[in-house]
Amino acid sequence: MSKVASALGGARFDGFASVSEIGPLGMITLRAKPDVKGLAAAVKAVTGTKLPAQRRVERAGDKVAAWMSPDEYLLILPYAEVKAALATLADKLAGQHHLAVDVSDARAVFRIEGAEAAQVLMKLAPADLTALEPGEIRRTRIAQVAGAFWADETGFTLVCFRSVAGYVMGLLSHSAQPGSELF
Amino acid sequence: MLLLECPYCGVKAEETELTAGGEAHLKRFGPGSSGEEFEAYMFARKNPKGVHFERWRHAYGCGKWFLAARCTATLEVFGTYPAQTTEPPADLVEKIKAKRPDWKGTK
Ligand SMILES: [Zn+2]
Repeated sequence: MSKVASALGGARFDGFASVSEIGPLGMITLRAKPDVKGLAAAVKAVTGTKLPAQRRVERAGDKVAAWMSPDEYLLILPYAEVKAALATLADKLAGQHHLAVDVSDARAVFRIEGAEAAQVLMKLAPADLTALEPGEIRRTRIAQVAGAFWADETGFTLVCFRSVAGYVMGLLSHSAQPGSELF
Repeated sequence: MLLLECPYCGVKAEETELTAGGEAHLKRFGPGSSGEEFEAYMFARKNPKGVHFERWRHAYGCGKWFLAARCTATLEVFGTYPAQTTEPPADLVEKIKAKRPDWKGTK
C-alpha cells in the first residue's frame, strides 16, 4: 500500500494566529434523512457521538459527526479506521436508504488557533463569526472556494477540497499576517 | 448586500453564497403544448418593480433550492420557504399584503 500523505505535508504559518494543515484524517460522507431507521445507532457506533442536529458538530475524543444538510452528515475519524467504519455503517444501515462514501483523500483540513483566530476567517468568509455558536458548523465560501468550519476551545477546524488546499493555505496565511488584525 | 435565510439550514446566507435561479412558480409547458405556451414558459417573465418570488440555491451550503419573496425595488426580504410547493405559503402572502397594500397578489 502506498504511503498516505496529507495535501500539503503539514504546512504551517505563524502570524497573529497560527495556521496549520493537519491530517490525513478519515472522512465519510453519509447521506441519509434523519428519520432513517437505525441512523443514530449507526453514527454512534462509528463516532461515539449522537446524531448531530441542524448545523451542529458532535465530538467524542478524536471523532466528529457534523450536520452538513438535511440529508447529509460528515463523519471524521482516524484515517486507518475508515474501512472498518464503512463496514459498520453498511451493516447497521442494511436495507435502509442511505449512501456512505470514503472522502478522506478528497479533502484537506486546517487548524486555525490563537486568541484572534476568528479574525482570520472573518476576512475570508461572508459569514457572521460573532453569531457562530460553539459546536456549530458553518458551510460557506472561503474567498473563491467552498469550505466549512467550526470552533472548539482552542480554535477552528476548517475543511475544504484537497484540490484547492494550496490556495486555501495561501489565503489563511495571508489573512493571518502579523499586523493585519481587524481589532 | 442581500441576506436570505436558507429554510433547510437556518443559515443567513449572503448573496455570494447563493446562486440565483430566476422567477419562481413557473408552470412548465412541455411536449404537446402550443408554441405560444412554450414560448411564454421559456421566455416570458413578470420582471416586476416590487414584490417578486424567486428561486435561489444554497450553493456554498446545503446545495438545495429554496424560494424567496422580496421587493426588487427596496431589496426588502419578506420571507423564504422550501421549494416543495407550487405557490407561496398563505401566511407569507398575508404578510406581504399587509406591507404592500397595493400589491395585486400572485395571480
Ligand atoms: Zn441551506
